[in-house]
Amino acid sequence: MHKARTNPFNTAAMHGALILYTLIALFPVFVILINSFKTRKAIFREPLALPSADSFSMVGYQTVMKQGDFFLYFQNSMIVTVASLFLVLLFGAMAAFALSEYRFKGNMLMGLYLALGIMIPIRIGTVAILEMMVASGLVNTLTALILVYTAQGLPLAVFILSEFMRQVSDDLKNAGRIDGLSEYTIFFRLVLPLVRPAMATVAVFNMIPIWNDLWFPLILAPSEETKTLTLGSQVFIGQFVTDWNAVLSALSMAILPVLILYVIFSRQLIRGITSGAVK
Amino acid sequence: MTALTLSNVNKSFGAVHVLKDINLEVEDGEFVVFVGPSGCGKSTLLRVIAGLEDVSSGEVRIGGEVVNTTPPSKRGIAMVFQSYALYPHLNVRKNMSLALKQERQSKEVIEQRVAEATRMLNLEDYLDRYPSELSGGQRQRVAIGRAIVRHPKLFLFDEPLSNLDAALRMNTRLEIANLHQQLKTSMIYVTHDQSEAMTLADKIVVLKAGRIEQVGSPMELYNNPANKFVAGFLGSPAMNFLPAGLVSEGDERTLGVRPEDLVLAGDGPLKVTVQHVEQLGGDTNVIARIDDHQITARLFGQHVVQAGTELSFGIADGKSFYFDKDGARLRA
Repeated sequence: MHKARTNPFNTAAMHGALILYTLIALFPVFVILINSFKTRKAIFREPLALPSADSFSMVGYQTVMKQGDFFLYFQNSMIVTVASLFLVLLFGAMAAFALSEYRFKGNMLMGLYLALGIMIPIRIGTVAILEMMVASGLVNTLTALILVYTAQGLPLAVFILSEFMRQVSDDLKNAGRIDGLSEYTIFFRLVLPLVRPAMATVAVFNMIPIWNDLWFPLILAPSEETKTLTLGSQVFIGQFVTDWNAVLSALSMAILPVLILYVIFSRQLIRGITSGAVK
Repeated sequence: MTALTLSNVNKSFGAVHVLKDINLEVEDGEFVVFVGPSGCGKSTLLRVIAGLEDVSSGEVRIGGEVVNTTPPSKRGIAMVFQSYALYPHLNVRKNMSLALKQERQSKEVIEQRVAEATRMLNLEDYLDRYPSELSGGQRQRVAIGRAIVRHPKLFLFDEPLSNLDAALRMNTRLEIANLHQQLKTSMIYVTHDQSEAMTLADKIVVLKAGRIEQVGSPMELYNNPANKFVAGFLGSPAMNFLPAGLVSEGDERTLGVRPEDLVLAGDGPLKVTVQHVEQLGGDTNVIARIDDHQITARLFGQHVVQAGTELSFGIADGKSFYFDKDGARLRA
């Protein structure tokens, strides 16, 4: 095992494979980025060329800035994503803790019921959800989106987190109880930090689909004030004419926030502070 | 005054009856060891005393008060766990002072008690370290320190030494014994290791399958076991059990002899074939067969014995124990 890991050929092969994958994964993003800085003609003439002095143009970004309220869309997307993630993680972790820590009647059934949501896509219920939102007057509000995304994310969050919470040492929780910590303190101060890598995984899994979603914003909150970034970008894609400069620029800008959020969460993925808590 | 009284304590998990009618008294300042094979309910009993599990029926009294419904933190107990269970996000000082802060003790009291515990356990140099920066032995000392600062009426130890290596286990065992002498507080200690039980206890409680088999001082239990299980569990190497018929014709009882009570005697009744010899320097363990039975004899000093040799053993006077076929002791 140790020998294989230090073999230079194996190391090179491993890095080669990883580098190749990175290139393939980053290529579309790279093409979008370079083309967003080119004139319309240059995009079609040589889609893979870097922007030169001739072909350089910021026209896409200018269109995006002029048309529609892009910062508002940004803000909406951000609010919806961050609020949904927060609620998914909070309620998901709490439910997972209850399911894994306490013995009560129907514990098993409750766990299965919560996991059912993983198997049934939430979009099947779109009509009912829309009717419910109309009835409660939540259509065209960000609250509607946040509620739907929270519901969408919870099943998987509960499932993953309860698995991880079962692994947290019972002794540690019991030590807390003997020291007089409340169940809430045990949950927030002892257990949550130890399942932080799992929380980050859940956050990353949930974040990208929410940020990219077009379906629910289009149905539940299509008004100008509540448009999300993905929905906002659709104005540039028409049935007959598509403003590629603007689409590419909008997409390039949409990558940024999600990239920042990802960097924040992925650092948590790496940081393991479990060592030293228990043997 | 009694530190702990258990009356008719029962505990079931669903259909599984784990503790069956436990009755026990722990006197003030006593060091009591619960010992038994794994799965005998000794840890569950400790958790019931700590309040981490509720009793199914029966009564738990600590310092005279019924504590059946009192939460763990209000029972006046402190517990040391097998896995140390230190708070990973707090340094040693904060690990030790957390419980006192929860009790809303004043800063001076906290500081003074932490200082006292660190001095007892030689932890002065590690107060600002985090658990991940400590070795196993140091972590265990911090865990003990966390218990000491609370000045509990009763200490509970849940197999505190089983994660340590042999040399460290010996040292920590001595430290715990010293601690008990200094603090003079009642302690309950759970272990599956009979040598820890023999060396530490004022009183040993032997458990098997959720029942108390026998309670008594180490030497009482060693010299006068109530049944075959207790006789076989305490002592190392373990007691030999043979059909008594091997010694006296027609005897249907089971004969128990401790390895050190087997003496070399040319005309002894036990004719054995040596299988293996363990030279320990101070004494020599001879593992031999008689018919289909394996016996171990412990000879003091160094003996050179070849495997395959035929030997005869006699039994030291008054050192035979007899048991019936259900394992109950038969007294002559």
